[in-house]
Amino acid sequence: MRWSPEQVLALAPDAASNKAGAKLGVPGPWSGTGTSPAAGGAGPWVWGECRGSGAKPYRAVADLGGPPAFRCTCPSRKFPCKHALGLLLLWSHRDPAAGFPAAGADAAPDWVREWRDARSAAGERRAAATGENAAGKADPQAARRRAERRAKRVADGVSELEQRLADQIRTGFAATGPAGWQVWDEVAARMVDAQAPGLASRAREFAAIPGSGGDWPSRMLEEHGLLHLLARGHQAGDALPRGLAATVRARVGFTTDSAELLAGPAVRDRWLVLARQDSAEGRLTTRRTWLLGAELGRSALLLSFGAAGRSPELSLPVGRTLDAELAFHPGASPLRAVLGERHGEPGPGTVPPGVRVGEALDGYGRALAADPWLEGWPVVLAGVVPIPAPTGWQLSDADGGAALPVDPRRLGRPGLWRLAATSGGAPVTVFGSLGHRGFTPLTTWSADDAEPAQAVTL
Amino acid sequence: MNGTYGTGPGPGTAAGGEVVDGDGGGATGAGAPVGAGPVTPVDSVPGGGVPGGGALGRADTAADGGVAGEGAPGDNVPGAGVPGDSVAGKGEVPGDSVPGDWESLLSAALLGTDRRGGPGGERDAAVALLDAAAVATVRRRAGLRPAVSAEHPAPAAPDTRPPLPEPAARRLAQLLNDRAGAAGSGGGRSSAPSLAELLPQWLAAANAYGYRPPPSSLPGLLDAARARTDLRAGAVTLAGPRGRWLAGLNADWKFALRSGDHGAAGDAAQDPRAARALWEEGLFAERVALLSALRVDDPAAGLALLRSSWGQERAEDRLLFLDSLRTGLGPADEEFLEAALTDRSRNVRSTAAELLSCLPGSALSHRMAERALACVTLDRTGVGPRVVVEAPRECDAGMERDGVVVTPPSGRGQRAWWLGQLVEAAGLGGWGERLGGRSPEQIVALAVADGWRDDLHGAWSRAAVRQGDAEWARALLGPPPSVPASAAVAGDPARLLSVLPEHERAAWVTEFVAAHGLSEAFRMLGACAVPWARPLGRAVIDALDIAREAGSYPWSFSGVMGLAERCLDPSDAGRLTPFTAEPSEDGPHAAPGAAGYWTEAFRRLVTTLQLRAVMHAELAGTDLDGAVAAVRGGC
Repeated sequence: MRWSPEQVLALAPDAASNKAGAKLGVPGPWSGTGTSPAAGGAGPWVWGECRGSGAKPYRAVADLGGPPAFRCTCPSRKFPCKHALGLLLLWSHRDPAAGFPAAGADAAPDWVREWRDARSAAGERRAAATGENAAGKADPQAARRRAERRAKRVADGVSELEQRLADQIRTGFAATGPAGWQVWDEVAARMVDAQAPGLASRAREFAAIPGSGGDWPSRMLEEHGLLHLLARGHQAGDALPRGLAATVRARVGFTTDSAELLAGPAVRDRWLVLARQDSAEGRLTTRRTWLLGAELGRSALLLSFGAAGRSPELSLPVGRTLDAELAFHPGASPLRAVLGERHGEPGPGTVPPGVRVGEALDGYGRALAADPWLEGWPVVLAGVVPIPAPTGWQLSDADGGAALPVDPRRLGRPGLWRLAATSGGAPVTVFGSLGHRGFTPLTTWSADDAEPAQAVTL
Repeated sequence: MNGTYGTGPGPGTAAGGEVVDGDGGGATGAGAPVGAGPVTPVDSVPGGGVPGGGALGRADTAADGGVAGEGAPGDNVPGAGVPGDSVAGKGEVPGDSVPGDWESLLSAALLGTDRRGGPGGERDAAVALLDAAAVATVRRRAGLRPAVSAEHPAPAAPDTRPPLPEPAARRLAQLLNDRAGAAGSGGGRSSAPSLAELLPQWLAAANAYGYRPPPSSLPGLLDAARARTDLRAGAVTLAGPRGRWLAGLNADWKFALRSGDHGAAGDAAQDPRAARALWEEGLFAERVALLSALRVDDPAAGLALLRSSWGQERAEDRLLFLDSLRTGLGPADEEFLEAALTDRSRNVRSTAAELLSCLPGSALSHRMAERALACVTLDRTGVGPRVVVEAPRECDAGMERDGVVVTPPSGRGQRAWWLGQLVEAAGLGGWGERLGGRSPEQIVALAVADGWRDDLHGAWSRAAVRQGDAEWARALLGPPPSVPASAAVAGDPARLLSVLPEHERAAWVTEFVAAHGLSEAFRMLGACAVPWARPLGRAVIDALDIAREAGSYPWSFSGVMGLAERCLDPSDAGRLTPFTAEPSEDGPHAAPGAAGYWTEAFRRLVTTLQLRAVMHAELAGTDLDGAVAAVRGGC
């Protein structure tokens, strides 16, 4: 199984690594390259020596079985480093017979074998440790006590938040100076203490709203209303319908254990990878991957995280399909999911079926009715024409009646021009996220009669 | 209050939309009829699903009998208070405030319910206001209606060129991506090639094949061309009709509309009536594009157009229009240019004179020749014949009219300055007869009296370049000087070389490098065609090897190294491989560590050459491994 260059580049922890890796993806600096097939639940392995400026070449090796793992003798703290990326890129470009003689597991150089052995030993230790940990956790009494303690804290936090919101409304926005809004940072900190990170991040946003332009009191009141609604929802607790209660819990900041989810029911489908988007939040990189089931037409959102300097582990190729099982987080309008078992390698993708502008808004309205705190809802628009205009972009139905504005916060993005270029004034299919401020395009598909359609990341 | 994207007073409005209906005014927001627009998402909100008015409201109802927005207690079944319902006109309004009336909620929130009171009646006013705000917010968002579409852009013209092969398309993305980061990294001495430097030749090669790029690469391509004028022609050609279409939508890329093959102006150029209309009504940039397009195919038509409005054009426009006549310049333009010699604007006058002097048969060229020849005589009285120069004593009105600049730059004598301009603009054809029926080569060999040689030869060199006269250029260059001290070619050898045919250029520079090494060869190498001819490449490699042996540091040659990366034939990489081995000791005369630096420099050179080989193979659609093996041949 050989990866595509796009798959390799998706591993890059940042744009600089991407570029540096791409430069090393040429035969010049490499020697002693090789690959060996998967064996014993790990691999395939790819290795090579890269001549740098020093006297000794750097030795890079990658294990592509399961989540990819890398090792390189260079001092870089990026992970994977540019050598590992360059190596994989070279390998992805070329015929194995030319530069990558496939060696049997024992024909690999010693340094590769050593790493491989160390790795499998570490893997066993880790597995053992996880087993112990699981055993330690298994005390149901302790778990219940922990849950009760947390529920109490959150409930106290929610009451306090309600009080703060009402106080703010009694005082009035106009009488609150800049220092007054900073108080919400403290409230956010109190919510963190109360183990309600969802409430905390919403409260933290408040301090930034007065600086966000002309209509800020309106936005402030909206956010007050929605946070109030969330607090009341949490207080209502079991009186809510099950799905809605789960949505409220998730929005407040209770997490659901992935392993627990995967133990429950899963949805198997051929999932088309619609888009992937990385965003840096502090030292953490959050990667959102949107999927669409080819058979069932269901949307899913996978989140994965990478700590500073590392790319998030999950790297699915945009535009291709993946036969896999997903387990959905509970909720009134389930979207977030975790990836379970995969069946085989990603296959070729297609252009997803889409809807017109009006239907897209219908869908968004329904989703919002289920989850009022929704920031954006995934939508595939079909047959829309992107209209660039200095005052704001639109995506318009091909017959010219209805249009969606592009979210004004996205107007500076170069991806919009790639969208316009791909369209050339003709209708295209666009995937994106629809929110109350407009549409954020994420992927489009080239509409070229001469070639198979290709996904274009925006 | 079913808002449209972009309605003014609603909460969280987005910019850029148009107001569709009139419900933004406030007072009767909740009563606005649903269904006025093309789609009515509010109707489609499933009953009981909205927590704002429904499920959450139910919990609340139990507590204190009614949440704002749910309608009057008792009137609505708890849990059925979907905002869509009340919008549709079923719900009655609790208290004295309409829950959907965002403006009154907002003003209460701004002033504070302590002062203003809220919508809650006897309930806690602040909590009631928050309830109402939540309902109104969710209702508005769930009920958003489409904006009215702006006018669609006219579709781009089809591009019939074959698409780039996939690896080449990826390479383009990589080259453009590297450009974006190049400014920050400073391009230090890394062993990886500088991709941005390879973009010009990649574009030239892709255009030679006549490929069309993937549309999604166009923004990056146009951005690159915007930042670097040397990329523009190639980038605009590659971008093709889709690129010009895109440039028409983004002011940053306007340059693409006036260079290359012209788009709308090019179309208009095919049709005299359209051309006339565009010329009379178009914007300045469009008119320049039209004129440039016409000059390529039909110079006379372009001239006629320019003539038709010449008198009314502003001086700075006249200058640029006149400059477009450079394309397709011929005897037919002479009369017009001659008239422009009396133009009101000095810049227009001097451009006209310069253009006329490029026409060897023009009257101006003859007049200048007459003046120039009068200054130069052949003196046969001495041992051998020699040239005697008597520079003009004054710059008369006629000379000035023909474009001679009166005041010399500081540090130059007036008379020599005038002489230089006369000779430079004089047709070269008259000198043979004047100087005893000699060929250019014989003339250049003649001795010149009183130290005028450099002035005279310099002016002839400029004339040869301007008139594109290869015979004179060859004579002035002479054979490459064999002794370093005599390396004084009059004028600028690099420019003279540019007049010669490719193979002659390469041969001349090859000899020059073999004799003098690289230190003065930079600009001459730059004048040679890419890729360098085999013998030239060998000469450069040998010269680099000699410099290495001599022990100087490689960065004394970084300019030539950079050129070599871009210009050496990739198949010469094999000859370089011996130099990339681990360095031995520094030679006896070497600067400390020089050998190691040379190894590094040569490795970079080889890597770049391999990359170029791969790039060309990708464009040709041939087997990559074959290309790399060919480059490695010699290892």
